[in-house]
Amino acid sequence: MSTDANLQPTGPDRPQRFGAAQQSGNGAPAPTHAAIIAERAKAATAKVPAPPEKVLVRDLRFYYKQYEALKGINLGLRDKRVTAFIGPSGCGKSTLLRILNRIYQLYPEQRATGEVLVDGRNILDPKEDLNLLRAKIGMVFQKPTPFPMSIHDNVAFGIRLYEKLPPSELDARVESALRRAALWDEVKDKLKQSGLSLSGGQQQRLCIARAIAVKPEILLLDEPASALDPISTQRIEELINELKTDYCIVIVTHNMQQAARSSDYTAFMYLGELVEFDETEVIFTHPKNKRTEDYITGRFG
Amino acid sequence: MSPYARRRATNSLVLGLSLAATVFGLVWLAFIFWTLLRNGISAITLDLFVQTTPPPGSAGGLRNAIFGSLVMTLVATLVGSPIGILAGTFLAEYGRANPIASVVRFINDILLSAPSIIVGIFIYQLMVLQMGHFSAWAGAMALAMIVIPVVVRTTEDMLNLVPGSLREAAFALGTPKWKVIVMVTYRAAVQGMLTGVLLAVARISGETAPLLFTALNNQFWSTNMNAPMANLPVVIFQFALSPYKDWQSLAWGGALLITVAILVLNITARLLANLKSFAK
Repeated sequence: MSTDANLQPTGPDRPQRFGAAQQSGNGAPAPTHAAIIAERAKAATAKVPAPPEKVLVRDLRFYYKQYEALKGINLGLRDKRVTAFIGPSGCGKSTLLRILNRIYQLYPEQRATGEVLVDGRNILDPKEDLNLLRAKIGMVFQKPTPFPMSIHDNVAFGIRLYEKLPPSELDARVESALRRAALWDEVKDKLKQSGLSLSGGQQQRLCIARAIAVKPEILLLDEPASALDPISTQRIEELINELKTDYCIVIVTHNMQQAARSSDYTAFMYLGELVEFDETEVIFTHPKNKRTEDYITGRFG
Repeated sequence: MSPYARRRATNSLVLGLSLAATVFGLVWLAFIFWTLLRNGISAITLDLFVQTTPPPGSAGGLRNAIFGSLVMTLVATLVGSPIGILAGTFLAEYGRANPIASVVRFINDILLSAPSIIVGIFIYQLMVLQMGHFSAWAGAMALAMIVIPVVVRTTEDMLNLVPGSLREAAFALGTPKWKVIVMVTYRAAVQGMLTGVLLAVARISGETAPLLFTALNNQFWSTNMNAPMANLPVVIFQFALSPYKDWQSLAWGGALLITVAILVLNITARLLANLKSFAK
């Protein structure tokens, strides 16, 4: 199903949700939520050509030992957009995500063939410097993974790896990352406390702050809200909406509503194949493939 | 008898048996500690800490032996722990699918259970015969040989307990492998690793056999690492076997001292291990 048509979704670039188009005329967006809607509406009415593809995946195959987990994936991920990977457990969506920063390389029995072009460069090239690549491509995991150190040091960790900043600038970077991750107000008085002392939802936002503090270009989210309660989930989703103005975001999710709410494009995967890839609105309203329709309506999976 | 009643009866029986087994073990332990206390407490005086080992029939203490034990244990720990931690790190972080690591792991397990007298004879051949005399250095090296396998094993076990997701998160930020290990994995495992070192210290502070072949003994005050040095286990061994009442009393005092020190070390190790679960 992964044809060229999938690489270049047709129709209007950005799906219009939240009644965004209707609101586009009223200016003055004071609260954050209204601001998001207005922002979305502006982009929607502008109808500028879709941003270029940041990542191009070509004939990607992946093997766990002999088992072929991905069977020739082709798709493109646009910059400053959110792309969701959906599909039943074991369909390969997390595997695909873990190839994009080559984190799978930690396990010698796993290998990938094909091409993943990031800004035109094949990152599957064995000569690629994995540390520099991963500094450019942030990742947030299903379970929160705060490091056993203070909240401040958690966020500063990645910055310190590649930049030598005076303490005041470092603190400013930490603060801005925590603010963007909507965590600052909750932790500003206890930056020296252990990151492990936070609640699950806070820990996950800490991990997002840590990932964006290094100013990556791509953000990979592997079921970032699946271990969280609905309120924390909502905050993470709002965060994704805010962050996509700067990043190419990819999110793996089991939650249909989440994919529908927070993504611009959706890829439906099944048994290691990309079944359908299109704008999220198209996937959820007029899927072309029967299996996609069955899955999103809950008839299998 | 209904099946339920039979299950209950079986439960009571097994519970009773395991209780009896526990009590059986604890009774001997308490018996040993009580005997130590009864015979040793009278020897715990100021003299024990400020006088050196006496000739039979005169007053004295264990100052030189306490000092020797402390110094050799310290040197052995300082030499053995870094080697053990590095080897344990290799096994846990680099050796998961490495055939050399399986060999190292196997040999380490053998070393872990090797009789300590073998270690003493080995260092005797390697150092004492070469140098031509017994020395505190040789004693410390023999003890270090016992520290290493203990620390290797606990370090590997503790690092394996650190979830892989934490390592992945560190790698995902573009962290080089050595930094992932030093700044994230070690931090997550530090209490457990420290506990391992403390357990190794407890293990060597009572070892007699390896010191008999290496540091031997010294009835005088000596801080020279190149000469034989007194130490508690060997002094206890010698004094306890002697026919002199005052030597026997000092041996009881020394035995009580070591036992209490090991008890304190073990409790500290436990507390550290509990601190870990508190932090989670």
